[in-house]
Amino acid sequence: MKLLECKNLSKEFDGKQILKDINLTIPRGKLIGLLGKNGVGKSTLIKLINDLLTPTEGEILINGKTPGVESKEIISYLPERTYLDKEMTVKQVIKYFDEFYKNFDSEKANKLLKDLDLSLEQKISKMSKGMQEKLQLILVMSRNAELYILDEPLGGVDPATRDYILDTILSNFCEGASVIISTHLISDIERILDEVIFMDKGEIVLTSSADELRNKENASIDEIFRRYFKC
Amino acid sequence: MDYIFDNERPIYIQLVEKLRMEIISGKLKPGERIPSVRELAITARVNPNTMQKALVELEDEGLLFTERTNGKFVTENKELIEKIKKELAKEKVNNYLKDMKNIGIDYDEALKYLQELERN
Repeated sequence: MKLLECKNLSKEFDGKQILKDINLTIPRGKLIGLLGKNGVGKSTLIKLINDLLTPTEGEILINGKTPGVESKEIISYLPERTYLDKEMTVKQVIKYFDEFYKNFDSEKANKLLKDLDLSLEQKISKMSKGMQEKLQLILVMSRNAELYILDEPLGGVDPATRDYILDTILSNFCEGASVIISTHLISDIERILDEVIFMDKGEIVLTSSADELRNKENASIDEIFRRYFKC
Repeated sequence: MDYIFDNERPIYIQLVEKLRMEIISGKLKPGERIPSVRELAITARVNPNTMQKALVELEDEGLLFTERTNGKFVTENKELIEKIKKELAKEKVNNYLKDMKNIGIDYDEALKYLQELERN
């Protein structure tokens, strides 16, 4: 069964079409870049997959079923903005995740946190932005999920933190699981991608294997993207 | 191993080149067991699928072989390693001669440059 399928998916807000006729299949065991400029509908698509919005038309199937309780168990989602209660300490957040998700591996989370030298008693509000991003990523990657969806995991962090984030994604996604990473910072991330999806104005304009595309165009994905969108 | 990638070329090809170099230079010894795909991928900071593709290519070349439950090993066929080393050396020399020709230096003169450099 396919991990994720979108069929003729459209979304309108107040008569404005945000997503137009999206047809997409996400295979298992791949790292996929969802690439597009700001405001092309990447986050809307991600929210639909995560059952935070409902489609205007078309359907989404995750392991053959529409989004709901079951899909939330197998999708680990890193939203663009934090939803953590900043008054919580690291320890409280870990406990919260552990109670909430059956597939949360608190041992793994604690190990990753230890590598960061982060005190468990630290309040989230007292942490730097980079540290908060790392904590959120650790929480998301510590779930034994089938699909990880990371919405702009690299936004606004320094290059060292960026490396940490990429390494954490690479070393922690479950074998056989897939990872969708949405971003407009392509050059930082293209090295780790199997497949790329280019989005523009609410539509999918290109899907390809990353290495095949490089080979065909003799250019980096970043360069191809820039040429394509002339930005 | 340090890996610096050129994003303009397929990553798996660059991994093949890098690992091939490690084998023919003797950094990876004949018969040596290489780390798992995942470990290699993490060290190189690439996707395990991409690393897997590179290893398959090296297996096709005969430089690596798989032992069912034990993982992957460098070939013990030293002749093959030597052969690939020679091919690579030829390619490098050809490139050198081509570059020299492009700046207007012929074969004999190019040889002299090499000898002088060695002396210095």
